[in-house]
Parts: sequence; structure tokens; C-alpha cells
Amino acid sequence: MAQSNASSDDARPDARYIVEFRKVSKSFGETQVCRQLDLQVEPAEKLAIIGPSGSGKTTILRVLMTLEDIQSGYVIVDGEHLWHMERRGKLVPANEKHLRSMRTKLGMVFQHFNLFPHMTALRNITEAPMSVLGLDRAEAEERARELLDMVGLTDKADEHPSRLSGGQQQRVAIARALAMRPKVMLFDEVTAALDPELVGEVLNVLRKLAEQTDMTMIIVTHEMGFAREVADRVLFFFDGQIHEEGTPEKIFTEPERERTKAFLQAVLQH
Amino acid sequence: MDWDWQYTWDEVLPALLDGLVVTLEVTVLAFPLALVLGLVLTMLRRSRRWYVRHPVRWVIEFIRSTPPLVQLFFVFYAVPLLIGLRLSALVTGVVVLGIHYAAYLSEVYRAGIDAVPRGQWEAATALNIARAHTWRSIVLPQAIPPVIPALGNYWISLFKDTPTLLAIGLLEILTQAQRLGASDFKYVEAITMAGLMFLVLAYGSSLLVRYLERRYGTVERVV
Repeated sequence: MAQSNASSDDARPDARYIVEFRKVSKSFGETQVCRQLDLQVEPAEKLAIIGPSGSGKTTILRVLMTLEDIQSGYVIVDGEHLWHMERRGKLVPANEKHLRSMRTKLGMVFQHFNLFPHMTALRNITEAPMSVLGLDRAEAEERARELLDMVGLTDKADEHPSRLSGGQQQRVAIARALAMRPKVMLFDEVTAALDPELVGEVLNVLRKLAEQTDMTMIIVTHEMGFAREVADRVLFFFDGQIHEEGTPEKIFTEPERERTKAFLQAVLQH
Repeated sequence: MDWDWQYTWDEVLPALLDGLVVTLEVTVLAFPLALVLGLVLTMLRRSRRWYVRHPVRWVIEFIRSTPPLVQLFFVFYAVPLLIGLRLSALVTGVVVLGIHYAAYLSEVYRAGIDAVPRGQWEAATALNIARAHTWRSIVLPQAIPPVIPALGNYWISLFKDTPTLLAIGLLEILTQAQRLGASDFKYVEAITMAGLMFLVLAYGSSLLVRYLERRYGTVERVV
């Protein structure tokens, strides 16, 4: 990432958006997964990202969660640069301290849950609030139990992940991310690793979150029905770029571009 | 030849028990040193800074590629001449075997840490958990239980390596047996009893390791 003038138009945050990608490029070796990507997300917006496997959807979330860096462009979260920081009027690549302060704004739920297997469900949820936010055990457990209640797992607090079904594990993972009270929640194909009969319970939790909170949600998903029902806006991602975007109604009933039509036809047939 | 029970009872056993105390002292002090230092080496070897990572890797290779006997001689005889630091035979034994085994244990830890899925590190990053806390509370509690049997094998191996301390005159079990054999020409009783003592202790250790493996060998039981 190059240095640049902090006050240039390309770099200045836009207060209307909570997340912005400005001409972001990212590649893995020869494969370019983001090509000069421009993306804006408004506060409290529920954005669904759909698209074929390998199109780069997940990379958007991983870049936002600072799990992958970028090669060029700017990412802005809640008015601050994510991958850059300001030093003497110039934007320079962010250091770990800056990244840590930015991560407090974001939370992520993974496709494979990534729960800590040696900890109970409760401890999975209290670990970060205690070690990162400095909550005492009582406060952290109170917060965790409220969240377990919200995801319908009150009675599973003392179970280890191996004793929970996939759907239950994913609901604990959602509670774990919510315990940090992020402004933006990222959901990376959270039902893709689940048996079909367990998908509903996880989607119900997401529905509840979408309806009852003003949290910004960016959801990468293959669940078209869910995207249509919950999202304010749907973005069809293809070949490292936004190929088409619009309201769920527009994307699912009158897609304009051929590639979008072909994709939707293919996935909706199943 | 007749086995001299009286001699075994009156002379061999007391001397070997004296040696046993020294053997246990070395093992009990050197192994925790190896456990801690091995872990430190493993973590340094994964440092993001190349000028930390590379020298540590080189040091580990150096230690693993030279026999402990050479290292013992070096620390006991050469170091005092080089820098004037003279360590007792016991301290030399503890330090040399501790460092030697630390290099091996670092490989054991490495295998355990490599087996922790990348998703665990990523979840910790997404939750903004500091790197030191990630190591302590998330990675090591998952990495160590599966390698307890391998760590236990090195404990037994270190214990069985203590006779090399004979070379610097430390009166451990085998040195005592050899001393008795040389003075009374009753090598059979002395060396056989020394061997039996090693057998009993090594077998006892392997039972302990099996117990630890059953008790703590699964990740779920750690926290």
C-alpha cells in the first residue's frame, strides 16, 4: 500500500456511509479477487452479497475484518481508514495498534463457526469481552446469558462445542460476535456448512437481528430466499467486481445483466 | 558365578540410591527448563520479525545436530577457559540437558501448534483478542494436550540420557555402579541393579504419561 495525501478526494471519508471501499484491489498471486472495487454501505443497512463461488465475496468480508490486507485503494469504516492511518498529514499503512482500534467496530461470523473447542459456550462468549473490553466475569456472563437467550440456547451455556449441533454452534458463534457490540456485523456464508434441517434456526436468529437492531449487517450468502426477505440491497458479485446491484425485488425479479440472470437461474433451480 | 546378595544389599543399593537422587535432581530440574525454553523457542520461531525467527531456527538446528556429550564437554571444560564461567557438574548437567531437550521439545510444540486450525487464530483476530492472550488462552490449550504423549517420551528419554553425565564426573546411578564395579570387581551386581533401577523408573514414568494422556489428552478437558 502506497502513501498518499490524507486530504485527497480519493481518501476523504464520506459521513453518509459506515463502510466504504474506494478503488480497492486485491489479488492472490495471479488471481485478482477485487478489481478497483467501489462499495458503499449505509449505517443500519442490511446488505446481501451473492455470487458464484470464487468470485471474491468472502474476500470483501475478510478485508473488512483485517484478515486479508489490500494491495491498493482505501477502505473506510465509520469515518476512519481501516488499512491506513494518518501520520503528518499523509496516509500511511496502518500498524497493529490502529488495526486493533478499528476491529472494535466490526464483528464476524464464519462459515465453519470457529468456536474455541476447549471452552464452554458461555466461556466462548465471555472470553473476548473480559480480555479485550475489560469486563469483569459477572458483567461478561450476564451479557453472554442474555445473548444465549436471544439465540435460544439458554440451557446450553455449559456445553462444549463438540456437544452442540452445527446450528447450535453457529448460534453460539453469532452470540460471541455480538458480545463485542460491533457496529458492523459480517456474516460469511454462515449456513453453508450446516445440514439442511439446521439452516432455518440460524436464519431465524439473523432475521431477528435484522428486524430488531439497527446494526449494519453485511451478509455473504447462498440462501437466496433469505437474502430477498432480509436485505435492503442485494449485490451480485462476479469476477472481483460488483456486476449488478439493487433492491432484492429488482435483482430477483428483473435482473438486467445476463450473468446475473444465469446465476439466479442456476441457483433457484435447486 | 554366584550373585552376592549381601553385597547387593549393603553396598550396591545405598550407593545407587545416592546416584538416584542425583539422576532425579537432574531430570526434575532439566525437564521443566526444557518445557519452558522449548515453548519460548517455538514462539520465537514463529515471530513476525525475521531477525528473531532466523537466528532461533539456526540455534535449534545447531543444538539438535550436535551430541549432548559434546555440549556437556564444551560447557564443562571449554566455557570456563573461554569466558571464565565455571559451573558445577550438576548445574552443567541441568543446563545442557535442559537446553538440548528444549530444542527437541520445540519441534513437538510446533507440531501441536501447526495442528490448531487457522480459523482459531482468525476468530481470535475477529474478536480483537491480543496476540499474547490468543497464545495463552486459545492456541496453547489446544496445541499441548495432543502432544502430551510425545512430551512424556522426551521426559523418559532425558531420564535415560542422564548417564552421559558420567563424562563430567557427576555421581548419578551409572557412575555409582561403575565406581563400585571398578573398586570391588562386582560389575554384574552393580550394573544389573542400575539397569533395573532405570527400568522401574522409566516404566513408572510411562504409566504416569499414560495417565496424563487420559486425563488431559483431549482438548475439551483443559478449560
